[in-house]
Amino acid sequence: MLKIDCDKCIVCGICESGCPFAALHCEDDCVVVDENCTLCGACVESCEVGALSIEVGEKKVQQDLADWQGVMVFGEFRHGTIASVTYELLGVGRKLADARGVGLSVVLLGTDIGSHGPSLIAAGADLVYLVDHPALEQFREDAYGYALEKIIRLKKPEIVLAGATAIGRSVIPFVATLIDAGLTADCTRLEIREEDGMLLQTRPAFGGNIMATIECPDTRPQMATVRPKVMVAAEPDGNRKGVVESIDLDEKLTSSKVEILETVISEEEQVNIQEVETLVAGGRGLESEKGFALIRELASELGAAVAASRAAVDSGWIPYPHQVGQTGKTVHPKVYIACGISGAIQHAVGMQSSDIVIAINRDENAPIFDIATYGIVGDLYEVIPALIKRIQEVKSDSSR
Amino acid sequence: MNIVVCIKQVPDAKDVRLDPETNTLAREGVESIMNPYDRHALEEAVQLKEEHGGCVTAVTMGPPQAENVLREALACGADKGLLVSDRAFAGADTWATSYTLAKAIESLGEIDLTLCGKQAIDGDTAQVGPGVACRLGVPFVTCVQKTRASSPDSITVERMMDDGYDLVRLPLPALLTVVKDINEPRVASLKGKMKAKKAVIPMVSAADIQAAPENIGLGGSPTKVVRVFSPEARGDRQIFTGTVEEQVDQLVQQLKAHL
Repeated sequence: MLKIDCDKCIVCGICESGCPFAALHCEDDCVVVDENCTLCGACVESCEVGALSIEVGEKKVQQDLADWQGVMVFGEFRHGTIASVTYELLGVGRKLADARGVGLSVVLLGTDIGSHGPSLIAAGADLVYLVDHPALEQFREDAYGYALEKIIRLKKPEIVLAGATAIGRSVIPFVATLIDAGLTADCTRLEIREEDGMLLQTRPAFGGNIMATIECPDTRPQMATVRPKVMVAAEPDGNRKGVVESIDLDEKLTSSKVEILETVISEEEQVNIQEVETLVAGGRGLESEKGFALIRELASELGAAVAASRAAVDSGWIPYPHQVGQTGKTVHPKVYIACGISGAIQHAVGMQSSDIVIAINRDENAPIFDIATYGIVGDLYEVIPALIKRIQEVKSDSSR
Repeated sequence: MNIVVCIKQVPDAKDVRLDPETNTLAREGVESIMNPYDRHALEEAVQLKEEHGGCVTAVTMGPPQAENVLREALACGADKGLLVSDRAFAGADTWATSYTLAKAIESLGEIDLTLCGKQAIDGDTAQVGPGVACRLGVPFVTCVQKTRASSPDSITVERMMDDGYDLVRLPLPALLTVVKDINEPRVASLKGKMKAKKAVIPMVSAADIQAAPENIGLGGSPTKVVRVFSPEARGDRQIFTGTVEEQVDQLVQQLKAHL
């Protein structure tokens, strides 16, 4: 629980205003805490006089931490191809493994996967573990989960990374529970702390308005998921050497209670806002579905694709595949034009690595201007038509 | 069909933002609401109960005032509520939360189906549903967008994938997490509201559900928050000034250089 040293507390109010859960209240001579406290530690960090501390009750400590070594990536394989997030994870995994002076492995589950070793090694893996089994042809949580558990217990990696995809976000929490490991979702930064080799996992937290760095001090492996396009894959190096190992698993492990009756690949899901150079995105500020007509017009002038904030998708103005942000896609186009998007961190984490961010917003205090390269403060229903007109003029000038 | 719905009370995140002056969270007027995804899980549970009979129990872990979301669930068709509340649960990460919820669900006896929202909008981890399924030892799928068929022994659902969906059949008992496309949640009826107002909602502690002290709260959580900080601003920003035409002109000059 949160311990408050009233002899030290000067009732400055910093912790009260900084508490993400409104759990602290200044009284006459000391601050008090109520049951909304989640022990997040924000106040402990902010207290300038050291009056606050967190007291942990009973604690689990795993005994064999030193036996766990190496970095392991869960390689995602579906419909005959390796997901690009796997190469991105090998990119960051290589850096983590080098910082720890350990090997980098990748696990691939599926059927007919034997030929994929070289591309994974070229992307940074030292070891490729293949589990080729008919029961793993299609993704099912229980079969994939028990298979991964077995391999993790067998190989004892200190770090396990997976893509925060439909598959990863479903099976990895199951695996983490099976092996009693800590898991951090949707990390935007992963690094090794020099002093003790701990994996520091940074992600948006508390409603997405703050970033939190998380560690797993007493358990192994340290597990994290990372969304596609957040990390960067290394240039493939065909001269890299590595070892491919096939692993046979007990039939029991790959059996599943879930029956897949049909797999449907949808056309609509193919809107790939992650692959284009320019994106025009609309948010709550559009105020209605009609706003997207304007967004589409601007996008078409620029040869861009259309993206959206969660507010716009939740309002039903545009389908989910267009959503950018923590619960949508992560993008990094050359140019990202945010129209009527306030830029809460939930959105920002999905687009802030764009080369250039242009913000058009009525509210000059909107956080989007903090991450914008260029900003226009104004009514988007005036600004965008003017912008379209000017772009058309410039185009016709240059074509003359 | 006995169904449990896991519900979380969350701050209405769309209203939470950083105060640019003080760099702290501006939360005045931010209300606590039922996690929006959980509302859809509840609706699906109530619809299944209407088809097959049985009982829908809404379960939440949280501070005493989380009782409010359970009353709301009762108003929207749940038959019973269970508030799992203990100071010892504070600081639980998703591992400890899923342990605690599973213990609470087990205390309810035979359950055919457990439904959860895809994720909570405050943490956005999507980890608790799969964690609970693991503890309960039942098969599960996540991100269900449609129930195609259900019987006392099995349920057939469409589960969203990144490139479309899979149609899957699970034997019961099972656990599903749902997305918003699955249904349109009903509005509480007047009768439902009256019933919810009068209902007595049991509150259980860690000891009541036989949760092991070393598996709950901050101490039972494998992950620890070591630092919280505000995201950094970009240093190189340029906000244009002038009339709309002048600003647009400056922007197009810059765009020409980059595109």
